[in-house]
This record gives sequence, structure tokens and C-alpha cells, in this order.
Amino acid sequence: MMKFHPLNWEMTVLATSDVRKNIEALVFVSESPIKADRVAEILEMKKADVKKVLQELQNEYRAADRGIYLDEVSEGYQFRTRQECSGAIHQLIKTRPFRFSRAALETLAIIAYRQPVTRAEVEYLRGVDSGGVFKTLLEKQLIRILGKKDVPGRPLIYGTSKEFLEFFGMRDLSALPTLKEFSDLATDLPGEEGAAVTVDVGEDAEIDV
Amino acid sequence: MSYEIKIENFEGPLDLLLHLIKKNEMDIYNIQVADITDQYLRILDAMKSLNLDVAGEFLLMAATLLHIKSKLLLPIHDEEEGDDDELDPRAELVRRLLEYQKYKDAGEAFDAMPRLNRDIFARKFPSPELVVSDDGEEMIAVGIFELVDAFQKLLKETSDPYIHEINIDKLTVSDRINAILSILSGKESLSFLDIFEEKPNKPVIVVTFLAMLELVRLRLIRLMQNSRCGNIWLYPAVVDDEISPFELGDDSLGYI
Repeated sequence: MMKFHPLNWEMTVLATSDVRKNIEALVFVSESPIKADRVAEILEMKKADVKKVLQELQNEYRAADRGIYLDEVSEGYQFRTRQECSGAIHQLIKTRPFRFSRAALETLAIIAYRQPVTRAEVEYLRGVDSGGVFKTLLEKQLIRILGKKDVPGRPLIYGTSKEFLEFFGMRDLSALPTLKEFSDLATDLPGEEGAAVTVDVGEDAEIDV
Repeated sequence: MSYEIKIENFEGPLDLLLHLIKKNEMDIYNIQVADITDQYLRILDAMKSLNLDVAGEFLLMAATLLHIKSKLLLPIHDEEEGDDDELDPRAELVRRLLEYQKYKDAGEAFDAMPRLNRDIFARKFPSPELVVSDDGEEMIAVGIFELVDAFQKLLKETSDPYIHEINIDKLTVSDRINAILSILSGKESLSFLDIFEEKPNKPVIVVTFLAMLELVRLRLIRLMQNSRCGNIWLYPAVVDDEISPFELGDDSLGYI
């Protein structure tokens, strides 16, 4: 399994400090967030041990107050720059980040929280045609087609992608901020009272006309 | 009567309604339907007079509002009384508005989150073409979207000045299938771009692409890519060089 390794190293039991170095190096060179499973496989270690070291590294970077930190995103680990450094970085790379339209954000939010979801369901919630927005989000690879729904017409069903998690720096979908619930919005108005007022309004409307 | 209307950029009828409710400081559970309908229709008129295209969705909502308004005018019969929520013709609209408001807020929350390549950066890597990948395990299956993307990119690159020309030599899918198989034979993998000739014209691209899809369907090749946006590679699904050119009538494939 190690045949590609240029150093052709022997897999002996690594010293603790070497383990740490190797894990850090693997995270550093991995193109996308690397999973603890993969690290464990390469270093022939137990996943739990790998996770422990990764957590130690995370704490270390945080405590050291460096320009980069070890983040857990999309069920893997990745080094990322700190938010407060973004100004300097933009000076260097001179690219403008993609700006989301409000329609795109709304649609993305609906798909993220309601997945798997069809386009028709999203359009009902938004009250507008969303074909163009879906296309953009698919192109940006933030959403993906999960399959077809087993209802007449077999519409496509959509969900968020791995890239979505990486993009917003989430470990998994459970990291989505909790939705402000229906009931939260209603707290300042007890249900019964609201219902009583309701009838009044009906009469008001009548008078109005 | 003068009524100043500022046309803002509304995402849709629900967005507009929410705006009106907020502006009038109405309780969302207790919408003054007559008032709101009036204002809503006035905004639609204003949009029309500005020659803005009023999308069908806005008109549908106008009809819904008028329908609710007319229902509110009807007397409520005693025998129908029961669950107040069921009786209130506005209930469904309120539900939709609240649901929409929820996702609108969530969308704004998304925008405020630290985001990759805007607030937070990860390392950039050399383009996959510069690196020889000898690790088959890392290959990921190609999705339909990537495939369509690759196809369109190829078509775009070959946008020759159009010259009308009657093509006599018939290109068939089975020809291209056998061509792909012969290029692939003895090789471990083949880049998607290598199955095309130097400067293919559109018919060749289309037929070759169909041939490739046909091979996937027949489970003779697999399509993989080594990174999400990386090159697409063709792999023989059968390990040995056992794939021999086989006879395929184009009729059997359903193409002319």
C-alpha cells in the first residue's frame, strides 16, 4: 500500500512526536479536508488515536494565536486562515469573492434545511420561479442532485454538497445554525388571544368595504 | 390621491407582502387583508406604469389576496365553527409567510457566516495536470453535471466559423465505440480529451460523446476523475485486454 512513497519507509511504530508531525504534514498537503479515517489508514493507527492528536493540534494552534488554524470541516480536517487576516489576503490574491444574490441565499437556505427537496417545493416556499438560481447553485457545486422523487413526474431532488460544508466551514449538516422556529416568532402573542382577534378582523374588513 | 411608492427589489410576492406587513406595523397573525390587498395592488399598478414586467407570481398572489378578502366577507355559519385556525381564510397565507420569513432570515444568516475565499482561506494547490496521480483509490466517480460541463466546454472550444457543408461520410456511434475501445486497449486509462481527434468538428464530438455514454451503459468503461474539477478519465471496466471490437448495429443502439 505504501509503494508510491518515495522514501519507502518501513511502517514501524512511530514515536509520539513523529505521529504528531506526520499527521500535521498530511493535513497540510491534503487538497481537501482530510478525514481522520484516511490519516489512520495511512499511518496505520487507530482512528480514535488520530482524532486525539488532531484535537491536540487544534488546541495548540488556537492557543498559539497563529494566522492559520486547524479547522474541522466537511467531516475532515483542514488548515485555514483566520478571519481577521482576510484583508491582507485579499490584497495579495486580488480576486473578488463570489457574491450571493438574496434569491440565491434564500434558495440555498431552503435546500440546506429541507433537503432532500424538489424544485417545486422550494418554489412554493419562495413563491417565485427558482430555475435560474438552481442553475447557479449547481454550477457553484453548492447543491447537487440526489436522485429522483418517487412521485408522478419523477422530479429531481436536491441537497447540499460537500463543497457547501467546506464553503461555510461546517463539520456536517448538524452544524447548521438552528432555524428560528415558528413558535419563537409567536411567543409575544398567545394563541388563544390571537384567535379571538382574528374574528374581529373579519368584521373590520366588512366595515372597511 | 397621492401615494408614494418606492419600488424595491422584491424577491417575490411573499417578500413584498412581508415588507408591507412590516411597514404597516401589522401583526402577522392578524393581517388586515383589505388594507394589504389595496397596497399590494397599488404597487403592482406602479410596477406596470414603470413598465416593469410583473411576473405571474405577483398576479397569482393578488388573486389569492382578493380571494381571502372575499371569503372574510362571508358570514360564518355556526355549524362550521370549530378550530378557529381552520376557519380563518388567512391561515394558509400566514403559514406561508412565516415559513418564508424563516428561510429569508436563514439566508441572511448564511451571508454573515465566515465564508471560504471571502473571510477564510485554505491552501491552493498546483493544477492536477501538473501532478501525476498514481493512486487509483483517490478517484471519484464522475457526476452527470461534470460530464455535461466537460461536453459543453469541448463544444465551446470548437466553435469554428460556420460553413454549411453537406457531410457525406456517415459517422456512426458503433464506429466511435470501436475507435474508443481500440485507443483504450492495452492502456490503463485514457483522458477524456484523448478520445477526440486533434480538431474535432461538432458532429464528431457529439457522436463520440454518445459512444462514450453508450460504453458506460454497457459497463465496458467507467468514468472517473481525480479531483472534483479535475480531468475526466476513462477506465476499462474489464481488467484484461479482453475487450475486443464487437459488432453493434447502430439500430440496436437507437441512433440513426
